[in-house]
Amino acid sequence: MLVSQIKELIDGEIHTCTDKMDIDIKSACGADLMSDVMAFSKENAMLLTGLVNPQVIRTAEMMDMQVVVFVRGKKPTREMCELAEEKGIVLLSTELSMFTACGILYKAGILGKGSDCE
Amino acid sequence: MSSLSLIKKEYDIPANDFSRAGEASSNVRKLLTQLGVNPAIIKRTSIAMYEAELNVVIHGNGGKARVEIFEDRIEIFVYDEGPGIEDIELAMKEGYSTAPDFIREMGFGAGMGLSNIKKNSDRFVIESEPGKGTRVYITIYLIEEGQ
Repeated sequence: MLVSQIKELIDGEIHTCTDKMDIDIKSACGADLMSDVMAFSKENAMLLTGLVNPQVIRTAEMMDMQVVVFVRGKKPTREMCELAEEKGIVLLSTELSMFTACGILYKAGILGKGSDCE
Repeated sequence: MSSLSLIKKEYDIPANDFSRAGEASSNVRKLLTQLGVNPAIIKRTSIAMYEAELNVVIHGNGGKARVEIFEDRIEIFVYDEGPGIEDIELAMKEGYSTAPDFIREMGFGAGMGLSNIKKNSDRFVIESEPGKGTRVYITIYLIEEGQ
């Protein structure tokens, strides 16, 4: 599913890399615990999280994640946006809760890969 | 195993600087990408080194990382002169953590770090003693098994 479609589905706001709306996302992971993202999520290209700090961007970078969605109305800081822009990571935010955002995307065909971080 | 390293890098890991934590790992990642290393190996290296780097920021009062790239492997040596680890076996246990609350609020300190380094390394050695800091040696082979 294209990032542009994801943005529509979760009524998202885009914060970085507006030129990357055509990235195709097949699987995602939802977590507030970056330790778990690093331990359990091996193949997911998108992270949904309620955590807002620069280490979220670092974690996404190390895990080859191309898109991060901040849920529950949280917005990335300018520092985070700059880091994400530099790393080529798309940052989106949505007013939806983690559960609802994940539910909508799962229903639309995005899967969770890896063990505990589905 | 060749003993001559092709590239040698050293990075400072500043204490308690969470906006910079991960910079060393990010640099190594960039370097490996430029060298055309297999993406799966880059990911394992990134995860292992980033976890080790975070440990130094969180627990070690800052330290250094030395990275050497050989023809057949990457060797990462991360060390600090922090308080050290009293019981390494316990520290290796998934879920065991001594990280303070503010680290947990940042999404870390779940007690997965050391085991995750081990999981992503081909060879992992940790040496530590209370009052004498911690040294972590990580080796990752550049050729995946079966290739």
